[in-house]
Amino acid sequence: MPIDILMPALSPTMEEGTLSKWLKNEGDSVAAGDVIAEIETDKATMEVEAVDEGKIGKIMIPAGTENVKVNAVIAVLLEEGESASDIGSGKKADPAPAPAEEATEAKPEAAAPVPAAPKAPVENTAAADPSIPDGTEMVATTVREALRDAMAEEMRANEDVFLMGEEVAEYQGAYKISQGLLQEFGARRVVDTPITEHGFTGIGVGAAMAGLRPIVEFMTFNFAMQAIDQIINSAAKTLYMSGGQMGAPIVFRGANGAAARVGAQHSQCYAAWYSHIPGLKVVMPYTAADAKGLLKAAIRDPNPVIFLENEILYGHSFDVPKMDDFVLPIGKARIHKQGKDVTIVSFGIGMNYAVKAVEELSGMGIDVELIDLRTIRPMDLPTVIESVKKTGRLVTVEEGYPQSSVGTEIATRVQQQAFDYLDAPIITIAGKDVPMPYAANLEKLALPNVAEIVDAVKAVTYTA
Amino acid sequence: MATRKSATAASRKKPAEKSGLNGGITEFDKETELEAYREMLLIRRFEEKAGQLYGMGFIGGFCHLYIGQEAVVVGMQMALKDGDQVITGYRDHGHMLATGMEARGVMAELTGRQGGYSRGKGGSMHMFSKDKNFYGGHGIVGAQVSLGTGLAFANKYRGNDNVSVAYFGDGAANQGQVYESFNMAALWKLPVIYIVENNRYAMGTSTARSSAQSNFSLRGNSFGIPGHQVDGMDVRAVHAAAVEAVAHCRSGKGPIILEMLTYRYRGHSMSDPAKYRSKDEVQKMRSEHDPIEQVKARLLELKHASEDDLKAIDKKVRDVVADSADFAQNNPEPDPSELYTDILL
Ligand SMILES: Cc1ncc(C[n+]2csc(CCOP(=O)(O)OP(=O)(O)O)c2C)c(N)n1
Ligand SMILES: [Mg+2]
Repeated sequence: MPIDILMPALSPTMEEGTLSKWLKNEGDSVAAGDVIAEIETDKATMEVEAVDEGKIGKIMIPAGTENVKVNAVIAVLLEEGESASDIGSGKKADPAPAPAEEATEAKPEAAAPVPAAPKAPVENTAAADPSIPDGTEMVATTVREALRDAMAEEMRANEDVFLMGEEVAEYQGAYKISQGLLQEFGARRVVDTPITEHGFTGIGVGAAMAGLRPIVEFMTFNFAMQAIDQIINSAAKTLYMSGGQMGAPIVFRGANGAAARVGAQHSQCYAAWYSHIPGLKVVMPYTAADAKGLLKAAIRDPNPVIFLENEILYGHSFDVPKMDDFVLPIGKARIHKQGKDVTIVSFGIGMNYAVKAVEELSGMGIDVELIDLRTIRPMDLPTVIESVKKTGRLVTVEEGYPQSSVGTEIATRVQQQAFDYLDAPIITIAGKDVPMPYAANLEKLALPNVAEIVDAVKAVTYTA
Repeated sequence: MATRKSATAASRKKPAEKSGLNGGITEFDKETELEAYREMLLIRRFEEKAGQLYGMGFIGGFCHLYIGQEAVVVGMQMALKDGDQVITGYRDHGHMLATGMEARGVMAELTGRQGGYSRGKGGSMHMFSKDKNFYGGHGIVGAQVSLGTGLAFANKYRGNDNVSVAYFGDGAANQGQVYESFNMAALWKLPVIYIVENNRYAMGTSTARSSAQSNFSLRGNSFGIPGHQVDGMDVRAVHAAAVEAVAHCRSGKGPIILEMLTYRYRGHSMSDPAKYRSKDEVQKMRSEHDPIEQVKARLLELKHASEDDLKAIDKKVRDVVADSADFAQNNPEPDPSELYTDILL
């Protein structure tokens, strides 16, 4: 069967080009690799080589033609024993999305039918939290200790798990999260790095591709911006790009968001940033129990997990069940408090404000259902929607910037999926749309506050 | 601490002119010696006061003191001329005072008040003065190295003969962008002086634990950038190296690296207990190599100044610092409307 020779794409951005010259004529024999034509793109003049062996049966696009679309048929190659009269039954040389019924001119705009886009997998396949047996002792634990315990337990259980980062070993962690780990696991598994985020993140991802289970600590996530290329281009995409052959089972963890008075370069929430990226999971716990259970899950997860902690929460104490192996499902929200009048969705340090607002509101007779998202990606929307169906009102609370925030994402999806249940516009509360100022008064103004949440709840419930 | 370029008793006996090179040190005349003394003392007293105000809750966030390293920035600055630019990291108070920025404005920025250089919006780590050619004040370790190289690019582009001085720490010296910048600076012969302030530690990590090559003056080797190790505790040695480096840059020979061997007396920031080094180590540096004491000893020995003269200088410096602290505590916070200004033009 005659073979169509198509206009090749000669650069990633090329859509059309000029067929400047034919180096073979109709009737000429060509071998694979022979230069048959020259093509001018926007960037350069390129030679076109024959891929198959045969005889040029017909030249479809004459030399000098401009604006020849990529994938248009430029000539037809006859195989042994074929003649020009066979042309028309031509099979396309692959890739062959372009049509070529008419022998006289290319019609690249007549595109092949677009296959239906495959449906994205259904979200929230996460299991429910494991039940905590009756009579389990609850131990008051700081988030700091919970994180350390999670790492220590997983390192004991799996020799491939190791921790690396700035000041994680001898200094015991800049925020003392890795306290005691060097002493227990030694310098092979608790590794101090120089201040070279881009480099050690790449090293971590490489080690994960080779099958180890790195935990990479960023002193704060502000410094992960030095390394964000390796996180997104290497860690998040390798599984997909390798057709599933290899991924990067790695945890990137550290303090995220504003601390106190550390200014614009050290006070940013990355929840929305990373939640944008397919190929990542993004976890942002509030309580110590969630910090422990979810960090253990993150370390076991075969995917890259961004684990966003908060410096202010490190010292907060919560009950953590005393269990041998307390692991929580990634991708599952937790109903922090049940209520019927209005739903508040928050996560991480945002919960700190929300919890206080809920208390205040309950004094005013407003019964809030407070949902702690816990995981930003994959997002447990069903839990949110179920709640909104009950309350008809939704307020989201977070510390990050307002544009393209986690809250706006939730709002979009809720109005798409539960529009009929809403009794008021959704209000999204976020940090102000400014770099974090240093001055104490301005910093306070830049952060979300309890009064804002109370006002928002009053607004959506139409209470004066 | 390498003291290979520090003065011998003999060399101290024959003061020479201000910029003369003599075995790696500049022999300071009386005036220069006194100037260096005043400048370094101002930084020392200012930082001590900042430490106090931090303790009292007037200063928040991160605050990194420069105590111990004063000779580096003072010696460098004495070799610069108007229009030369300075850029550094977050340990920046000394650099600002040395470039002639007002103590009041720096201290008020530390307390987050409207009279601060960034009108209270930047804080300790993020302060700038276009007027004094001080380009910050940067909180991200290593960023200032590329930025400083960009300042040099602008000088070359404009064809002026100004140089830029980019200060960074021994820890910062391992960041990738430092070497990307070195390459371009050498390739394009940019007039930039790279100052590695090697105070032996990056937070709690000693150079031995962070650096495969801890002689930072050699770090430009593969780009053909010359480098020198300098006794950064001796302001005359710093000055001598600075003069040489400035001449190199101004004459179009491209970048140069000066590794200043120095030491910080305090913890990394106010919250660092500094358990990674011994008290003895700190004490030894203070008693044997203190940059200010060295100048003081020479001034007294050569009878350039009496104890009383020095006390009078100290009093003046303390007054400036006390005034800045008063101002910084009483100056109002920025107006709330400032929250939304200066985001875009
Ligand atoms: C990219 C980045 N990573 C980490 C930090 C946190 N950090 C601030 S200062 C510092 C140590 C820097 O040490 P060095 O460069 O030697 O300067 P020194 O503090 O000794 O003046 C670290 C790790 C940061 N600010 N930026
Ligand atoms: Mg250092």
